Amino acid sequence: MIHFEKGRLRSFFKQWQLQSMVIPGIVWMIVFCYVPMFWLIIAFMDYSIAKPLFQSPFVGLKHFQDFLTDERFWRSIRNTLGMSSIKLLLGFPIPIFFALLLNEIRRLAFKRTVQTISYLPHFIAWTIFGGITLNWLGEGGVVNQLFMMLGLQDREILYISDPKYFWWITYFTDTLKETGWSAIIYIAAIAGIDPQLYEAAELDGAGRFQKMWHITIQSIRPTIAILFILAVSGMLGSNFEQIFILENNMNIKMAESLDLYIYNMGLVSGRHSFSTAVLFVRSIIALCLLLLANYTSKKLTGDGIF
Amino acid sequence: MILKKRRRFSLFEAVNTIIMIAICFITLYPFWFVLINSLNSPEQAMLGTVNWFPEQFSLASYSVVFNDKALMHGFLVTILRTIVGTLVHVLFTAIVAYGMSKKYLIGQKVYMRIALITMLFSGGLIPSFILMTKLGLYDHFLVFIIPAMYTFFNMVIFMSFFRTIPTSLEESAKVDGASDYQVLFRIVFPNSMAVLATISLFSAVYHWNDYYQGVIYIYSQENLPMQTILYKIVAENAVSFMQQQAMAQFGARLPSNSIKFASMMVATLPILLFYPFIQRYLVKGVMIGAIKG
Repeated sequence: MIHFEKGRLRSFFKQWQLQSMVIPGIVWMIVFCYVPMFWLIIAFMDYSIAKPLFQSPFVGLKHFQDFLTDERFWRSIRNTLGMSSIKLLLGFPIPIFFALLLNEIRRLAFKRTVQTISYLPHFIAWTIFGGITLNWLGEGGVVNQLFMMLGLQDREILYISDPKYFWWITYFTDTLKETGWSAIIYIAAIAGIDPQLYEAAELDGAGRFQKMWHITIQSIRPTIAILFILAVSGMLGSNFEQIFILENNMNIKMAESLDLYIYNMGLVSGRHSFSTAVLFVRSIIALCLLLLANYTSKKLTGDGIF
Repeated sequence: MILKKRRRFSLFEAVNTIIMIAICFITLYPFWFVLINSLNSPEQAMLGTVNWFPEQFSLASYSVVFNDKALMHGFLVTILRTIVGTLVHVLFTAIVAYGMSKKYLIGQKVYMRIALITMLFSGGLIPSFILMTKLGLYDHFLVFIIPAMYTFFNMVIFMSFFRTIPTSLEESAKVDGASDYQVLFRIVFPNSMAVLATISLFSAVYHWNDYYQGVIYIYSQENLPMQTILYKIVAENAVSFMQQQAMAQFGARLPSNSIKFASMMVATLPILLFYPFIQRYLVKGVMIGAIKG
């Protein structure tokens, strides 16, 4: 609590201009962040949006029991973890490789051009990127034409409607869209390495790959560690804008992530309380993961994420 | 330095260069594909073959897109939300951040804690949806502006930047009798143009590209942003309605693909055109963010 001693109160009013800058921000946070947190209470009620909050009856853990016994919920957990794991295991190293290779380009103008082009897709809307994906993977699309020309398949495959391809589609499109952008942080870390280290290694007769492994990778290890921890802590999340545009009735079995499940149950089917119960658990687990990530980061690098 | 010999172009470098060129090609070709297919004549675009240049140049698809009232209205909504949303976000977040940047501000630590918790825990989709409904923001243009007025991340970026400005500048203005607001607008903001530009660009790109808010909160046609309409065209094949209109108008049967591609092109073109000039600022932004992290 703020102690309202006389002097403090007086100096508070003396700073009224600065206070009037910050307080609207705090009010905004209370309305748009803290009020929704409070509304999580409807997870324990049979809430109807037409009625005032406390006219709806409390039902305890009913909705929690409901979703824990819902097969579709567990399916969405499986899909979320499946897509996140592929992205983490196969996707996480790619920007690092890209940064390492880009670093070996000696012509500055070429290097800069490649870099600029590589992060362009990050700024393109998912409507566009998803639209191209749907078109290319569809009937008579570019992917089918290309694979048939190369002899990889002998007839058309409807990639987008077949659930078994969905996780891979999210992985590939995400990699295409975000690799360049994610590499920026590694490129910056590499640029900060003391060039004397490389010169010393050259004197010792180190080759290109030895330098890459012993100097470059070792120097950017803290960056890699922090980003990896953050990626792990975000595993319950999914790229909603990506999945929402690629998903359809045919691939939903593998496409419905936890966030999409919450959306479908809450806003499409109108089961607000039920969905909020799922959200409640999701938010708490996400918080735990984030705190764990912060703790791990502190242990490893001596510095927290926040 | 003398020891450094000029090496020849090695095999590794040749392979590496090829990889880099391939990456550029993979990145750029999809957009080229959309462009040429939107410019193709309807008959050609229907075939959907992979091409390098339009076989028969035609602007028919664009004339359908530009004659589509819904899409053009969506375009206006997007432009409006991009301008208003960006201005409001940058002004509001920067002003809050300036107050927060003063460590002598009474309650600063409490305020920071309140702000930090919002990053760790959130109510999420359903409670936010109920809140917007109760506030009367559901299906209202302001749903694009007010909830996007502030983000913790950008506030921290502004705050740490403002702290790097030498206090002597501000103090001398204060001695001359300037108020905090005058100091902020006449001294701090003009010295922070780089960070203001960066955050503005990020905010503008967000407002331009976002389709999700429109899907969730907008019901009536008049407030639908272009990207949400595009989402319906791309994912739900809402193109057939436009096609019917086009058929009535032009008599010809335009394949839905070329209309899709033309609308996609109209929606991305501003980003593609500005991108070469603004990308420097965007990278700068992520650097400032990363240092603070």
